[in-house]
Amino acid sequence: MPARWRWDYAWEITPQLIEGMLKTVLATLLGIVLAVVLGLFLALGRRSERKWVSYPFAWFIEFVRSTPLLVQLFFLFYALPQVEFLPRSISTLSPLTTLVIGIGVHYACYCSEAYRAGINSVPKGQWEASTALNLKTTTKWRNVILPQAIPRSLPPLGNYFVAMFKDAPQGAAITYAGVLFVARALQSADFRTVEPFTIAGILFLIVSIPAAMLVRRLERRVAYESD
Amino acid sequence: MSQIEYAAAQGAAGVEMQQVTKAFGELVVLNKLDLEVDAGEVVVIIGPSGSGKTTILRVVMTLERIDDGYIKVGERQLYHEEKNGELVRASEKHIRSVRSDISMVFQHFNLFPHMSARENVMLAPIKVKGLTEDEAAEKAKALLDRVGLGDKLDHRPAELSGGQKQRVAIARSLAMEPRVMLFDEVTSALDPELVGEVLNVLRDLAAEGDMTMMLVTHEMGFASEMADRVLMFDKGRVLEQGPPDKIFRDPDHERTKSFLRAVLSH
Amino acid sequence: MLEELLLNSRQYGNLLEGTWVTIQVILGSFALGTLMSLIMGVARLSRRPWIRGLALVYIEFARGISAIILLFWMFFALPILFGVGSMPPMLAGILALGFNMGAYGAEIVRGAIQSVPRGQTEASIALNLTERQRLRHVLLPQAVPIILPPYGNLTIEVLKGTALVSLITLTDLTRVALVIRQNNVISSDPVSIPILWINVLVIYLILAQVLAQSFKVAERRAARKFAST
Repeated sequence: MPARWRWDYAWEITPQLIEGMLKTVLATLLGIVLAVVLGLFLALGRRSERKWVSYPFAWFIEFVRSTPLLVQLFFLFYALPQVEFLPRSISTLSPLTTLVIGIGVHYACYCSEAYRAGINSVPKGQWEASTALNLKTTTKWRNVILPQAIPRSLPPLGNYFVAMFKDAPQGAAITYAGVLFVARALQSADFRTVEPFTIAGILFLIVSIPAAMLVRRLERRVAYESD
Repeated sequence: MSQIEYAAAQGAAGVEMQQVTKAFGELVVLNKLDLEVDAGEVVVIIGPSGSGKTTILRVVMTLERIDDGYIKVGERQLYHEEKNGELVRASEKHIRSVRSDISMVFQHFNLFPHMSARENVMLAPIKVKGLTEDEAAEKAKALLDRVGLGDKLDHRPAELSGGQKQRVAIARSLAMEPRVMLFDEVTSALDPELVGEVLNVLRDLAAEGDMTMMLVTHEMGFASEMADRVLMFDKGRVLEQGPPDKIFRDPDHERTKSFLRAVLSH
Repeated sequence: MLEELLLNSRQYGNLLEGTWVTIQVILGSFALGTLMSLIMGVARLSRRPWIRGLALVYIEFARGISAIILLFWMFFALPILFGVGSMPPMLAGILALGFNMGAYGAEIVRGAIQSVPRGQTEASIALNLTERQRLRHVLLPQAVPIILPPYGNLTIEVLKGTALVSLITLTDLTRVALVIRQNNVISSDPVSIPILWINVLVIYLILAQVLAQSFKVAERRAARKFAST
């Protein structure tokens, strides 16, 4: 009976798994950039006073948030290349690009809600003062509203970043060589199951738990300062 | 037989506090407090806010634990029990057992909002004393009738006025047949016109003479009418005590005089 | 135009079968997740430090781990550690998703119980209720209206998570779509792949809406307990 856990094998495969983990982190960071920028755009669109603008934004956000990320990844990876009116060069995306766009757009919808809450929490007086000072719209947003809205949005945004990291391994389903993909490959190649997945899990916890603690400390800081 | 013997025979318990100390961090709220209440006595505690008078009630009700000293309720120590002839810190089980003789009515009522008035009164007798639902329902009806709310049995607290809520709270406490009842500023949160109905209930309770009552209150009229003894409390100690006549008409301490002047001038 | 957005009836039949599997997974995960949430949420508030600590470790671990990694680990590694050959994918799915859900739910439950006014606890002490009675009859009933809204959102997140079981060979809605896609090349009745996936997304959307509405009904019911008779 083969041993359940072999330390020598565990040490042997750890470097590869760490490499996979780094790829997962890379995809997460790129996804975060996309989510943060796109999220703001979605938030502003959602707030538009023109119903024919705000409604489609709302529907899109609701649709993306209510459906599984995995299915959205499959859509981007398998379905997009089949769309006839798009040129192949654009519609066929690499696994990394697909994953980044997938989690980026998915979490942009969550970030947009965080931005909305942050914007709504800016005291009404700030808007009125901007009007009284006759500020241009861009000035009002860039210098008055957003500087106050964004710090308040940071804790929920932080939580979403950690969540993105936890969803990023789904890239394995579309062949992105993240930590889970590597673990699966090792399982197929060496026929050993316990070490790859256990180490993958441990590596994961090593990153995600401190990250979550950092976000919580940020939450407390913001709550403390806004009093 | 004396008043006290009568009360004790009816089941009331005395409260004896010996060298009780309670601090919150750096702040010493009760400082080696000695206080005795006889069975069936109605004692009113007055004093400025922050003097610690509410804490006296709270440590008797075990809402706060004492740092030092002894509290005796009836014949038993509350926070200590006898083990091999020695007095040691009591187990939770013991504290709970002695606590069954004590009940408290709060300034903000603390009624259970998801239950009707009747259910509020019935819950503890069923769960703690083991009454059947019918027995508890009967008892609840009787008590709510007694406090004048017989027609509000199935109303939720949200539908009751402050005075009505407080009367339900009193009925709820009475349902547990306590031997000592504590009242923490029970009229302070009420609109002035609702205070009277609650004081009437308290007056009836006090007049029956079979329950030990400790009240923290600003209602000096009630105190002078119904209290057997009034305690002036300040900075963690009993400044002076005596029958209401003495304290209200001719107090010994300047602090008592100035306090009463400030309160009674409203 | 609408016709182009639809698949044929055979494919819908398969998708519906997959949907039924998805529903079974979400129901099982919800049951386990709710059980864990209640137990661990209450345990976080226990007077005994070791119980609090245990709950905290569970919550940190089950929240920190990625659901998909936990799922793979449970399906592939766990059976071997126990000396069994394999585990039914449905069981692995429910265990992983329920375990994961319980951690988030526990925090919701804990927060809600802590937000019940302190006076309720004090009144319970004054009436000499035991801690368990206090929790069951006074605190939890008042915590429920506070728990429901975020818990509904959590449940929808878990519904989305059920798609992951397609990766461990369970024929849920997503897996059926993957199979249809795979067979499409040789199929006598090929389907547009984008249309296929859009249909799948819409079915998930419908399921999510059903959950959302169910929770809204539950929220209204719970609020009624506090209002006038």
